[in-house]
Amino acid sequence: MGLGRRLYRGEIDVDFVGKWRLWYSLSAVLLVISFAGLLINGLNLGVEFKGGSVFSFKPQTTVSVQEVRETFLEQGIHQPIVQTAGDRYRVTTETLAERQSLQMQDSISKEFGTPVDQVNVQSIGASWGGEVSTKALWGLVAFMVAIILYLSMAFEPKMALAAIVALLHDLVITAGVYAWSGFEVTPATLLGFLTILGYSLYDAVVVFDMIKEVTAKLGATSKQTYSMAANDALNHTLIRSLNTSLVAILPVAAILFIGTTVLGAGTLKDLALALFVGMIVGTYSSICVATPMLVTLKEREPKYQAIARRLASTGGGKGGAKRTAAAKG
Amino acid sequence: MARPTSSHSKPGRTLLLLLALILALGGTMFLQQAYTPKLGLDLAGGTTVTLSPVTQDGAPPPEEILDRAVNIIRDRVNGTGISDAEVAKSGDNIIISIPGVGQSEAIELVATTAELRFRQVLAMEMTPIAQEQLATEAPSPGVSPTASTGPSSAPSVTPSRSAGPQSSVSPSVSPTGKGLSSALTDPEPSPSQTPRQGDRGTQDKKATPSPSATGEPSPGPDAQNPNAQIDAEGIDPAVLKQYTALDCTDPKNRGQGVQDDPGKQYAACESDGSFKYILDVAKVVGTDIDTATAGVQQGSTEWVVQLDFKSAGAQEWSKLTSTAYNSQEPRNKVAVVLDGVVITAPNIISPIPGGRAEITGGFDQQSANELAEQLKYGALPLKFERSSIDTVSSTLGQDQLEGGLISGLIGLILVVVYCLLYYRGLGIVAVLSLVVASILTYTAVVVLGHNAGFRLSLPHIIGLVVSIGITADSFIVYFERIRDEMKEGRRTLRAAVEVAWVRARRTILIADAVMFIAAIVLYLLSVGGVAGFAFAMGLTTLIDIVVVFMFTKPLIALLARLKFFAKGHPLSGLDAERMSAVDTSGTRRKTTPQEA
Repeated sequence: MGLGRRLYRGEIDVDFVGKWRLWYSLSAVLLVISFAGLLINGLNLGVEFKGGSVFSFKPQTTVSVQEVRETFLEQGIHQPIVQTAGDRYRVTTETLAERQSLQMQDSISKEFGTPVDQVNVQSIGASWGGEVSTKALWGLVAFMVAIILYLSMAFEPKMALAAIVALLHDLVITAGVYAWSGFEVTPATLLGFLTILGYSLYDAVVVFDMIKEVTAKLGATSKQTYSMAANDALNHTLIRSLNTSLVAILPVAAILFIGTTVLGAGTLKDLALALFVGMIVGTYSSICVATPMLVTLKEREPKYQAIARRLASTGGGKGGAKRTAAAKG
Repeated sequence: MARPTSSHSKPGRTLLLLLALILALGGTMFLQQAYTPKLGLDLAGGTTVTLSPVTQDGAPPPEEILDRAVNIIRDRVNGTGISDAEVAKSGDNIIISIPGVGQSEAIELVATTAELRFRQVLAMEMTPIAQEQLATEAPSPGVSPTASTGPSSAPSVTPSRSAGPQSSVSPSVSPTGKGLSSALTDPEPSPSQTPRQGDRGTQDKKATPSPSATGEPSPGPDAQNPNAQIDAEGIDPAVLKQYTALDCTDPKNRGQGVQDDPGKQYAACESDGSFKYILDVAKVVGTDIDTATAGVQQGSTEWVVQLDFKSAGAQEWSKLTSTAYNSQEPRNKVAVVLDGVVITAPNIISPIPGGRAEITGGFDQQSANELAEQLKYGALPLKFERSSIDTVSSTLGQDQLEGGLISGLIGLILVVVYCLLYYRGLGIVAVLSLVVASILTYTAVVVLGHNAGFRLSLPHIIGLVVSIGITADSFIVYFERIRDEMKEGRRTLRAAVEVAWVRARRTILIADAVMFIAAIVLYLLSVGGVAGFAFAMGLTTLIDIVVVFMFTKPLIALLARLKFFAKGHPLSGLDAERMSAVDTSGTRRKTTPQEA
């Protein structure tokens, strides 16, 4: 029976929890690579964070990047960064005063035939980006605290901890992808990061909900250790996790596609890219990081240690994790 | 939210309730004739300016000061004649949204913090506006120059000393400034209207409204040859030229936001355009004021504004008032200049030592408070810096809107196709649920746009597209639960639908709560696009709950009664083939559900 068919029928039986060493090492490697990227390359912060002016226009005549650059240099702008996106040009400069930027709009219009009111300008003061980042950072901290509290109440503190660890894991790896690839980090990217928070947790919540349900029945005489039960629950929600991720990634892929092909650089692309990377990492982490992490934490509890010892001595638990269990109630 | 028991027994009723909700939203749209959402400037084209307050210690400014700044900026923006501009507070920042492009020059003025200056008047004249006012109110006895108005009706500056002898002096002064009444009373202190005024050879200008009671004075001819009328002594010729050219009937010239250099003479208009002035260098400025308070004068019911100067300011103020006192009309006036515009110019009838002064005349509680606050804080109570200016042309906006909509559509289609392929019959329920969610979202956005000022922007659209996945996820959770129940093979579909619901509901609620917390935290703590995105996420999370509880669940409960689903038709998505409990292929038999 092919994998697709088994997936369709919900007959998946993989020992995710048992392979925790593999996942931990894989994640550790990814994290190290990501941190290295952040340290070595850093993030390519967009103009919104550094301050600067961005001109965006569609030339009515055929022009080269060089011509565009010269037009800016002629106006006394020191280091224009010229990018093309579709048939649009996007030029980033230092922060220009209002008058200078109006002059620039005029000369763009004269040189390239774009009507003045069709030249888009964005000017951002240097301190603004700092404020945006600070707010985002505080938002993140407040969010984490709120989530830990909420999940501690809805589930239990260890689940909240495992979920947050998985979340940080996703954020660092996504940031690492940005660092190594040199993709520009804009406020839209930040939106993407923040959405990943939601998704990553959303996934973990559903898995944990099932684990909670399955493990609630574990007692002194049960035939399963916590690891086995958790693994069963994980397999059980696997279809749902994969379905959900797919359904979530489909619209994001659509945004990414349109953002890249039709609009060129811009909000849509920046955001979709972050989401795309983040969601894939998020799906992986909710299965391979959050749950093993939870199991590691829980197996230390005397109650579950006792079960594990008893099953180990009788050999009864050996194949437990290999069996597919349906959660029932 | 629907309790399981109620939705269990009466799925039809829940569906009707949802229908009523949709009709209510649709009806609101119909009544308001509003069928499309209001678009933000990134989609419609326009300029967005973000102003951040600059405080000395970097601490966020008090709420009320920020609110006042918003109001002042709103007045200024409206004053420039830009239509449909919006000024709103967002966190500590103020966001000005101006539709259309090419207004950036106007924006330059909007956020300038002008200072308060006290300048001696060097010359002044009445404008046609004041003459019109005179004409329309001609019967007023005050028109006659001899009808010296009592101090109570004319704005005046008095040295205010609690019990000092000066209080009896009560030098009455008439600032222009308060519109007609002050314009009328203005000439009061100059008993003679003759241009020549005795000593010093002071040429007294046409400023004094030649008070032919009919209000006919026409400064027109004078304007062409003003030098003949003005005592040019001590006046910078350049400023004189500016003065001649200055047209106070044009509202542009009396909009606030003009920068005046305190070290230079200055030609300015009265804020209502009734007079124009040449003003001396500013001897006293806003920072010399310690406090300004509005209050009711003792022993009367008149509202006054009381000024307390700092010690250095008090000396300057004393000097300034004595200079003015010793000068001839109109140089016996001191103009209060705010934002480059004269708000009042009272005569000084005696020098005012002691660091206190009172401005009286024509105030009510509101105008007195307003003036006091302006004196205290300057035109804008805060200094602002333009953090971000974003101009989006209408074509780029159009492109972005289309891009957002197209990707939304593609995303929706992909999800629909996937649901149908994977869940077959149940997929139709998912698709219908998405349709209902889309309708709810659209109507909510339109109704919010027309009633709560909600503007759909690109981050919103992205938030909405992204949350298609979240909405679909709720169905998936529920469907998988139903299949779990069916797999165990012990239940009829109708029973499975209910049992699965109880469990799925908990998962859906917890997951949605997480999303909602995320949305609220982001919304409260972030600025600009992030807040918009969070808003969209929060809205769709709520809509998701409504749809799952009021549509998906009841619909499935209804469908479970149909043979097509109950008997597990191969296209229903609940067929035996996909339920492992009955393995048709025979290659592998599932273990019985494990007892833990």
